[in-house]
Formats: sequence, C-alpha cells, structure tokens
Amino acid sequence: MNMIQALNDAHKVAMRADEDIVVFGEDAGYFGGVFRVTEGLQQEFGKQRAFDAPISENGIAATAVGMAAYGLKPVIEIQFADYIYPAYDQIVSEVAKMRYRTAGEWTMPMVIRSPYGGGIYGGQTHSQSPESLFTHIAGLKVVVPSTPYDAKGLLLAAIEDPDPVIFFEPKRIYNGPFGGHHDQPVEAWAKRPEAEVPEGHYTVPLGKANVVREGEALTVLAYGTMVHVAKTAMEEAGIDAEILDLRTLVPLDIEAIEASVKKTGRCLIVHEAPRTSGFGAELSALVTERCFYHLEAPVERVTGWDTPYPHSYEWTYFPGPARIKKALEKVMAQ
Amino acid sequence: MARDEKRPNRPALKLHVPEPPYRPGDTPDYSNIEVPAAGEAPRPDSACDDKETIPLTTHLVRVLDDDHKAVGPWDPKLSVDVLKKIYRDMVTVRVFDDRMYRAQRQGKTSFYMKCTGEEAIAISAAAAMDSEDIHFPTYRQQGLLVYRGYPLVKMMCQIYSNAGDHMKGRQLPIMYSDKEKGFFSISGNLATQYPQAVGWAMASAIKGDSRIAMGWIGDGATAEGDFHAAMTFASVYQAPVILACVNNQWAISSFSGIAGAEQATFASRAVGYGMAGLRVDGNDVLAVYAATRWAAERARSNNGPTFIEFFTYRAEGHSTSDDPTGYRPKEESEAWPLGDPVLRLKNHLIALGEWDEDQDKGQEEELTAMVRAAQKEAEKLGVLSDQGDEGKETMFEDVYADMPWHIAEQRDAALKEGE
Ligand SMILES: Cc1ncc(C[n+]2csc(CCOP(=O)(O)OP(=O)(O)O)c2C)c(N)n1
Repeated sequence: MNMIQALNDAHKVAMRADEDIVVFGEDAGYFGGVFRVTEGLQQEFGKQRAFDAPISENGIAATAVGMAAYGLKPVIEIQFADYIYPAYDQIVSEVAKMRYRTAGEWTMPMVIRSPYGGGIYGGQTHSQSPESLFTHIAGLKVVVPSTPYDAKGLLLAAIEDPDPVIFFEPKRIYNGPFGGHHDQPVEAWAKRPEAEVPEGHYTVPLGKANVVREGEALTVLAYGTMVHVAKTAMEEAGIDAEILDLRTLVPLDIEAIEASVKKTGRCLIVHEAPRTSGFGAELSALVTERCFYHLEAPVERVTGWDTPYPHSYEWTYFPGPARIKKALEKVMAQ
Repeated sequence: MARDEKRPNRPALKLHVPEPPYRPGDTPDYSNIEVPAAGEAPRPDSACDDKETIPLTTHLVRVLDDDHKAVGPWDPKLSVDVLKKIYRDMVTVRVFDDRMYRAQRQGKTSFYMKCTGEEAIAISAAAAMDSEDIHFPTYRQQGLLVYRGYPLVKMMCQIYSNAGDHMKGRQLPIMYSDKEKGFFSISGNLATQYPQAVGWAMASAIKGDSRIAMGWIGDGATAEGDFHAAMTFASVYQAPVILACVNNQWAISSFSGIAGAEQATFASRAVGYGMAGLRVDGNDVLAVYAATRWAAERARSNNGPTFIEFFTYRAEGHSTSDDPTGYRPKEESEAWPLGDPVLRLKNHLIALGEWDEDQDKGQEEELTAMVRAAQKEAEKLGVLSDQGDEGKETMFEDVYADMPWHIAEQRDAALKEGE
C-alpha cells in the first residue's frame, strides 16, 4: 500500500468499528478528496457519515466542534495545510481549550487531517509546514507519519485518542519515499517493507518515536519526508548515524531522544519548516537542557529558510541531502 | 501613478464611516425607528417556503400592544403559569445582575456583564425550546440557565472562581458551561459558538435524533467570519438549528451601523442564504416566545434553519469595564421605543387580571432574599479576591485526558517554586 491507501484503510477500519465517526472536508465526500484519502467512504458509509463541505475551513473546524460536543467523532480534512489558517481560531481557541476551560465537562475528540510540506512544486500556498504553530498550543496533539505502516497505525491511534489531534500528512511521500534528490527517480512504496500494511485494526501509539536506523556516530531527529531525506544523506555520507523518526511532536518521546543523544553525543535536527521558532528550536533546547554534558558538539539544525516557500527555487529552499551533509560535517568536526 | 496625482474630471472618492444618530449631549429621538403595531405581522406556516418569510425580515413581529394585550396571529396563547414563570425568572435575572454587578464593584470578582433590557430574549427563548435542546450561547444569555433551573449558587461560584466552580476557575466570570442543562461552554472569542451550534445540529440530524440546537450571537459579532460560516453550513445542510442574533444596538462603543445595520436589517441576511428569517421585538416576551417556537417547529420537522433578529436595546454598560456615557446619550435607554421587557410583561399580567402591585412587591422582595441567600452561600466558598494558591496543581490538569511528561514536569516545578 502507498500512504494514501494506508490512510484510506485506516478510515475504513475505524468507521466500520465506530458508527459515530463522521468524515468531511472540501471534496472529501463523493470524490474522496483531492488526494483520494477519503475515497470510497461515502460509497460505503453513506452521505450522512462522509460528505463534502463548503470551502470554509473555519466552518469545517467549527461544525466539528459542535459534532464533538454532541458526541460524534469528526475526522475532518483540511485540503492543504496552507489553508488551515482560516480555521486557526477555532482550533486554537475552541478545540484546544475546551477540555481545560470546562474542566473536562466538554471534550473535543477529533482528528484534523491535512496534507502538508513541500517538494511537489506547490508554490507557497501548497507547500507549507505549519506544525510548530500547533505544537505551541496546549491541548493539541501533533502527529506526522513517515511510512504507510505508521500512517495507518497512527491515524487509528489518533482517532481513538480522547484529545484533538492535528495529523499532518507529508504529501511528498504519499506515493513513495523521497530521498531528497528531485532529479532522481523515486521508488514506489510497493518496494518497501514499511508499505506492508496489515489488514484490519492495529495502532502505532502516539508519543513514541521510531528508531529507523541504529548507529553510534550521531543522532538525527527528523519527521515526515525528512526522515527519508536524512536517511539518504547519512547513507551517502557513509556515516553510522542513529535516525529517530519522531512520529509524534506532541507529546514528544523525550526518553528515546535522550537515550539516543546520550549514547551518540551528537545531535542533528532536520525539518522542512522555516528555522526561526520552528520545532527544531524546541528540540535543540530540550537536547541541550537534558544532554548537555553528553554532547561532543553543539546541536545543529537543518531547516527550510525563513522565507515564504518559493516556487521556482523550490530545490534551493528544500533541505536536501547536500545541506544535511554539510551540517553533518560541522557536527562531526568537533 | 503617484498617489497624490489627481484626475481632474473625476470626483474625489470618500469613505463612508457610519455614525450613530446621537452622541453624548444630544437628545435621543427614536422616531426614525419604525415600530409597526402589534399583531400586524402575518404568521406563515412554520413549514412554509423560506421566501414567504422575506417580508418578515424587515418588519417586526410584535404581540403585546400598547394596552398590554396580546394580539394578532403570533400570540402564542401562553398559560398564565408559564407567563408567571417567565416573569419570575426575568426579575430573578435582573436582581442577580444587580447583585453580581455590585459584587464586582466590591472587588469580589474581576468582571461582570448584565443583560438589562434583554431579559425577555433568553428567558422566553428557553421557554419556547425543549429542555433537551441545546443552546450555544454568548455571554448575555444567563436567562437560559435561570429558566432551566440552574442553581444560582453554582452560577455565582463560577463568577467567584471559588471551590464551588466546577470549571476550576479556568473561565472568565459569566462564561458558564453546563452539559446537563444543555448550555455549551461560552468562549471569549466572539461568534465562535455560532457555527458550533450548527455542527451540533448537523450531528443530531446525522444520528436521527429529535433534539435541535440554538446558536446565539450579538449584532456586532455578525461581522465575524464565523457568522457567515454558520449561515452557510446551516443553509447548505438544512441543519435543525435556530440562529439568533441579539441586536441590542451596541457593540461596546460601536453602534450597530458599524456591523452593517445601516444597509440592511440583520434579519434580512437570512434571505441571501435561502433561510427563513424573522425580525422580532426582543422586548416583547410573547413575540420572542412565538418566533422561537415557530423556528423550533420548523427545525424539528426537517424544514430547515431559521435566523431570528431580536431587536432590543442594551440598557446598561457593555460590562463592568465599560462607561457608556462616553459614547451615547445618557437618556438613550429611556427613549428606546420598545420599552422595558420586564415592565411590559408585568403590565400584561396586570391587564390579564393575574397580577397586582402588591404581589409584585412581594415577589421582588422574595427574589431579592433568594439571590442574597445564594450569594451568602456561594461566598462561603470564597470570592475571587481571596483565592490563594491552594490547589494550584489543578491548573495543570485537563489540558489533555492524561497528563503528558512535559506538563507533569512543569507542575512539579511550579509546586517547588513556593518552597
Ligand atoms: C473575536 C473577538 N474580538 C473582539 C472581542 C472583544 N469584544 C468583546 S464583546 C465585544 C462587542 C460585542 O458586541 P455584540 O456582538 O453586539 O454583543 P453585545 O455585547 O452587544 O451583546 C467585543 C468587540 C472578543 N471578545 N472577541
């Protein structure tokens, strides 16, 4: 399965088991979404449970709040993460705060799914990585899968979670892992073991990182598309890196991070989002606070630049293997 | 072209900034407001095509006439018992508001908002709905809770953020919430609850339930994007929802023209969405009841949502933080042509021969004593100003269902800070 099929399968497994799950979003009903993640749901579960929404992201998020208050479990799709901003107030002021402000009287179990990230020639309005805007908000959980197996298991865990989950899907790797070389052919998921997605129900727990590759020389922290790019870069550099796929940004698997950095003594953080106040800043601070005396070198970040996402200079913007290798040299030199 | 380069043959453009007709020092005169006679508005069937309500979006549904009689097709013909219950609750809210306003002035809490002049709306709407229906209120609908029999002590504990506040002191005073009573948590962010009400109603329809929702908004907040999202979703999915707009003429210091009232009535916004719309005398208990009942019937029988503008006047300041004499004439509320809703209902009861001044005085004394007793009871659990930091660890609870490590660490750090 590719990641789209895995996510689609997760929806079906969840919706078959729980009649209170409803799925909606722009084009998400009849057609199954522009990326086809919700394909077939309306056909199987009917229009009452999978339907198209008006082009109103705040309306989508707000009606989901009402539905969650009723006792349903909405799984909503924001067509591109770049369009989540109109819904931002509902997510930040309502979804995130409801349990807290009512001391648990009203809760907001829902999943807000959205394709995110660059590397698809999407220009600035189809490429952004806004995850840190949400990791900064108490009350939200933030998940980013990097493989079809994880995507299905994490989405099922997110749907079953009692708290609201922002689920960012790296659209660059919907169809296959991407090592960061846009001029080289991309392998299909079908050729990878992570694409072996079991039938039926299983979950990948939220808050648990995945050690993608064990190693001794340094720890690489990444998530989403960057897990694959970092892997490529480390292989090309021929370095014995330990690569952690964080999978969940909030709550974060601090134990796994600490254990790894204390073992290797070096840490490199890779994400697509811009550098300033990006999630890498949080990771860097945590690693410094917790592992300072184990560090052989300063923590290094590889990120997108602090500019809007440029269309024609996409590959200058995108943190590819070359930029990662350069940072790697810096971390290893000390 | 340079910005200051003028083109000679064209008129210079001007920005229109609406101004209210009267400012402090002016003598208010509301003869410009058209007040149709009570009983004049036709009452279409609640299952009618939405277009049949178009004339009612610029008219004003009124039932109580100048002789305090109920007249016309919208007369809901309420029993005397219901009328008395509504009246009692209206007076309760007024007494409650006064006590809590004073409590704020005494430094017992940080903030309070009265609904003086608007009591008929929440209370009569609550009466017209089923107790199982849900409200997504804004902050001037304390009447909903009072009508539904919510203990005044609990409301006060919330205002004092004391140990009796079931929201653990997390909300601004008056931002009540009660699931049992079908009263959704109030947000400080205006308009957010409006499309949420639509979502709840959609969920009820999805599940084949029979309960409906009512969403609330002020005239000023209709300018928010959420208002339009609510209208769109309600109309698109024909959600079983009533969308109420309380037009009390003022949004803090901005008159309703700043939200578009100069161009069209708020009620007429329903027309563009293909939704039934009603414009209702909000100071007329019977009109509010009848309109809400009509809309509830419509929603309950899958005939779609209704948008109702309740036309009223905010007789007091916006909140304890507001001084209205800075932006409107002092005498404006007395000049308001629709009168005081409490007085109008009282006069109606008297006209029916069901009430007299002695009874009225007796009831007022009784309710004042009741509110006072409740206040005493609530204050036993403390007021905001004397809340210490006992139990401060609870501020780290309920962020998530289970406490994640980073919040647990911060809780431990906070608890150590005092040591
Ligand atoms: C999103 C948002 N913007 C601004 C405010 C500040 N604010 C609180 S009440 C208010 C006026 C609201 O007026 P209206 O909607 O007419 O309701 P009313 O107070 O008259 O009942 C404003 C601007 C807010 N609470 N939320």
